[in-house]
Amino acid sequence: MSTTTAVQQTHLHGDGILVEREPLVLGNLTCHDITTKIASIAEDKPTPKYLLALSFTAGIAAWGIGCILYTILTGIGVWGLNNPIGWGWDITNFVFWIGIGHAGTLISAILFLFRQKWRTAINRSAEAMTIFAVICAGLFPLIHVGRIWFAYWLIPYPNQMQMWTNFRSPLEWDVFAVSTYLTVSLIFWFLGMVPDLATLRNVVKNKIAKRLYSFFSLGWSGSMRHWHHYEMAYLILAGLSTPLVLSVHSVVSLDFTAGILPGWHTTIFPPYFVAGAIFSGFAMVMTLLVITREVLDLKELITMKHLENMNKIILATGMMVGYAYAMEFFIAQYSGNPYEAFVFINRATGDYAWAYWTMVLCNVISPQVFWSRRLRRNVPVMFIVSILVNIGMWFERFTIISTSLHHDFLPASWGYYTPTWVEVSIFAGTFGIFLTLFLLFAKYIPVIAIAEVKAILPGAQPQHSSHHGAHDSIHEVKHPAHH
Amino acid sequence: MERKPVATVAEFHDVNVLVSAARAVSERGYTKFDCYTPYPVHGLDRAMGVRRTVLSYISFLGGVTGLASALLLQWWTGGYDYRLNIGGKPFFAIQFSVPVDFELTVLLCAFFTLFGLLGLCKLPTWWHPLQDDPSFQRATDDTFVVAIYADDPRYTVKDTQELLQSLGGANVHVHAVSPVAKHDIATSHNIP
Repeated sequence: MSTTTAVQQTHLHGDGILVEREPLVLGNLTCHDITTKIASIAEDKPTPKYLLALSFTAGIAAWGIGCILYTILTGIGVWGLNNPIGWGWDITNFVFWIGIGHAGTLISAILFLFRQKWRTAINRSAEAMTIFAVICAGLFPLIHVGRIWFAYWLIPYPNQMQMWTNFRSPLEWDVFAVSTYLTVSLIFWFLGMVPDLATLRNVVKNKIAKRLYSFFSLGWSGSMRHWHHYEMAYLILAGLSTPLVLSVHSVVSLDFTAGILPGWHTTIFPPYFVAGAIFSGFAMVMTLLVITREVLDLKELITMKHLENMNKIILATGMMVGYAYAMEFFIAQYSGNPYEAFVFINRATGDYAWAYWTMVLCNVISPQVFWSRRLRRNVPVMFIVSILVNIGMWFERFTIISTSLHHDFLPASWGYYTPTWVEVSIFAGTFGIFLTLFLLFAKYIPVIAIAEVKAILPGAQPQHSSHHGAHDSIHEVKHPAHH
Repeated sequence: MERKPVATVAEFHDVNVLVSAARAVSERGYTKFDCYTPYPVHGLDRAMGVRRTVLSYISFLGGVTGLASALLLQWWTGGYDYRLNIGGKPFFAIQFSVPVDFELTVLLCAFFTLFGLLGLCKLPTWWHPLQDDPSFQRATDDTFVVAIYADDPRYTVKDTQELLQSLGGANVHVHAVSPVAKHDIATSHNIP
């Protein structure tokens, strides 16, 4: 395979390109280098550091799962929920994790439709993150129903009680939205991975690994007649995922807006939730990628350009979220509804003001550092900001849920909510589950979309302009040493 | 024991040469040939004379099925079989059915796309006629492989070999199997 440099590529396409683009893959990697690099991650023995990290996260996961079992066996009375505040950390965490997932779909689907080639290095891990986050999210409403052994009642199925689910309830819409989201994300992720699993199948030496990769690669051969259908399938799934991701968080927001509670009953919620979801999701992708590229030595594939682009999106969506916060306040006053106005004044100055201002500080103020190109390309800075945004977005959901519930119409029904150690443990446990799954993924599943990265290498695609294309490429093959 | 040729296999290392070779093979009237590539090569399918995929129609059918089943499900359960008055809301209305309509449309469309793709590609499969060919195995790594199958009416060992060589193919060889023992015999650089 020809190994032209990016500079040469610009030269080849020389018609009218004035600004040279930063290359998406550094270090003049060839197709074979990429195969070897990714295969070696999967094939090398796990390092002690990796095993230590895995046992640490698995330990947290085990603790969390223990607390989930404790909740299920005892009842959700072990949580701090009380009469005005029937939704606490559980639903906060649900919305938080669902939101985290959204950046994965955005990177894999929306950026694909916009032909943003830089996504190829990060889409696989972002999609994995989506799936693991949705798994964590789904746990919370399931536990929250109290009698989880009846959770299948959420699904409409013919039963001897001759009852059906209530399709007028946004909570039922949520069942459909979240389960569809998980299923379609899994299909998209798996389909994208089939060619890469085939690549690993053909290079790994370990017998068991070879068997597993053979099984999951479905016998993929790389046939162009298959690629032809495959590309269409990928395009359709990207086209489906794009409105799907927008719908999921919109439906999640309808869980709130369909209620009449001041602070929830607003029309801005669906777009506001979607922007927030993308914001928090990109922050989580950033946190994970900064670590992954360091630990797995993928700096040539996940370059500074990728990180910078993501920081720009974090900045943009952070501004949207900030706008939504301001607009909520404005509408609350402008509506003339005293309850609505009170809830927002109370949000900023009441019992939960600390949560509100944490949210503003983390979500609106901290991303502003990304206006500076130097800070946008500074790894420690972006790591810290991404953590702050994660914290801020968690507090956003907590603020929305708690402040609206704790002071509603009647002062007689006001209250305050603090979580118990069980709720805190379960939330920590979902981080354990999430990170354990991510670590397993990063080790054993092609963490970079191999085929997609190969397809964007310089010289990977035929040059259609016949007058110089063929000539130049033959030249490249004959004298690869010159480059 | 006489070995039966399965295909003539050629390696290519430059994508432009590959595309013109595929076009030439197609123009010579070969139909039972394929290119194996580590990633989708833009325009190669057209050069090979592959017609536009029907997958989008299958997916569309999935979407329609999903939408129809969502409407039917919500209307039949809420509006007909189990009419439950909740806050005086209508038993069935298009407005409240939209989220579930949308989700099921997407879900079924995705399923039809997945299974349509697998059906069109005849996957999963546990066997490929060229699976033991070393060149073929490198096609998922860094090599473009063109294989012309022996059951093509225009296939002859000599002509096909010469054609692929003249088109810039490297390591042109016949992959053959023993007709008695079904498993393959590696036959690189080896013409029976």
